[in-house]
Amino acid sequence: MTGPVRARGPRARTPWPLLVPALAGLAFLVLPLAGLLARAPWATLPERLAEPRVLEALRLSLVTATIATAVCLLLGVPLAWLLARTTLPGRRLLRALVTVPLVLPPVVGGVALLLVLGRRGLAGQWLYDAFGVSLPFTTTGVVVAEAFVAMPFLVIAVEGALRAADQRYEEAAATLGASRWTVFRRVTLPMVAPGVLAGAVLCWARALGEFGATITFAGNFPGRTQTMPLAVYLALETDPDAAIVLSLVLLAVSVIVLAGLRDRWVGAA
Amino acid sequence: MLRRLSLAAVLASVLSLAACGSSSSDTAASASGSGAAKSLTVFAAASLTETFTELGRQFESTHSGTKVTFNFGSSATLAQQITQGAPAGVFAAASPATMKTVTDAGLASAPTVFVKNTLQIAVPQDNPAKVESLKDLTDPKVKVALCAEQVPCGAAATKALDAAGLKVTPVTLEQDVKATLTKVRLGEVDAALVYRTDVIASGGKVKGIDFPEAEQAVNDYPIAVLTKAPAPDLAKQFVDLVLSQQGRDVLTKAGFQAP
Repeated sequence: MTGPVRARGPRARTPWPLLVPALAGLAFLVLPLAGLLARAPWATLPERLAEPRVLEALRLSLVTATIATAVCLLLGVPLAWLLARTTLPGRRLLRALVTVPLVLPPVVGGVALLLVLGRRGLAGQWLYDAFGVSLPFTTTGVVVAEAFVAMPFLVIAVEGALRAADQRYEEAAATLGASRWTVFRRVTLPMVAPGVLAGAVLCWARALGEFGATITFAGNFPGRTQTMPLAVYLALETDPDAAIVLSLVLLAVSVIVLAGLRDRWVGAA
Repeated sequence: MLRRLSLAAVLASVLSLAACGSSSSDTAASASGSGAAKSLTVFAAASLTETFTELGRQFESTHSGTKVTFNFGSSATLAQQITQGAPAGVFAAASPATMKTVTDAGLASAPTVFVKNTLQIAVPQDNPAKVESLKDLTDPKVKVALCAEQVPCGAAATKALDAAGLKVTPVTLEQDVKATLTKVRLGEVDAALVYRTDVIASGGKVKGIDFPEAEQAVNDYPIAVLTKAPAPDLAKQFVDLVLSQQGRDVLTKAGFQAP
């Protein structure tokens, strides 16, 4: 992607109909962050950060978002392949259904999850009676809620990459006798790897910031289900300064992780 | 040619956006003025949703041409919106502490306590854990939901449990009383501490159990006209309605108690 642009040289002037809205867009996205930085209680920052509850919530957020991303990769990549490479009947409807969690207000998503996976839910009732397993109010429940909300980001990104990839390589491999599974593993997956990575990054970021479905489905208990966004929301009720500190921690960690990833993998691709 | 066209389209959309902006501020200005159509904005605690909606309807029927708009939510969030300059006329809070943040900011004076609310134990209709008293909630096999301590219902729950000398380990600390009640309604928890009014508002979907320690954690609800109210007369009249016998009837029917 970057090859042809670089070949033109840095001297090529950016056309102003692109530059002006681009800068306005950037300001629109970055200014709220500046607002947080301006209002942050810098003097009491170190002692606030040292509170065990902050670290506990941060650790829980990072762990659950990462596991949720792994779950999404495991289920979402095959789903994207199904949507892009097969001729299932009603594929358009399926694709629309995949985006449902994007459209659904997350709180509604959380209620829907309770109705299906809760102790008295359609499937959850059976889980509870047969195995004594109840997902709500557990860390596993947090992962379920995050994966539910974040998976569409991965599926859409990977499906787009699959559609853009040149299918002739897959066809060539198939004519040389490779099975469909081998073609997927040895040809398709390496070809769309940047798309998968981009999708995983989006998915992780969305999972990290997830609030509504998590608090509705998994509840809020420090150390078990209280992730950073939940801690931020509750801190906002009584102590806006603490909420700003928590938000900054979450932002700083996610920016560091995402920027690090970009340099290591996305940039190299 | 195509470039010109797209540029024109962008400009047109920007212009129309600007036009939208100015026209909406025009209407806002006329609404806050003393025109024929008058409007009043009331910020009220989430637990007042049903009763204040009813009182708003009564107010509109006696003040023809007046529109009452409500913003229901967590008292703390509302207080914050008001201190950040939200154009509200009346603030009714679920706790004196949240009202205090508004009066401390000089945005309201002399709040009046208009009702009080007490806690009840809410259990699912079939009461699967056979909960009968506050002490039953300490059983580790009983799944309990409480409000987070940062919100009024959570503070009240802590006060009641402390008064009883009991220690309850909940499975969740919910962000507001309605969310806590939802967990009971769906049968995901065996019991929760919520306001008596919320149990009544659930329309028989959950069962409420009184407990004596609730007397130690009564929640006062203060109401005040805001100093920057766009229509101070209307705001005052609405507060008068809430404090009148007519207002009290609506509120006590919903389970609130007179102060």
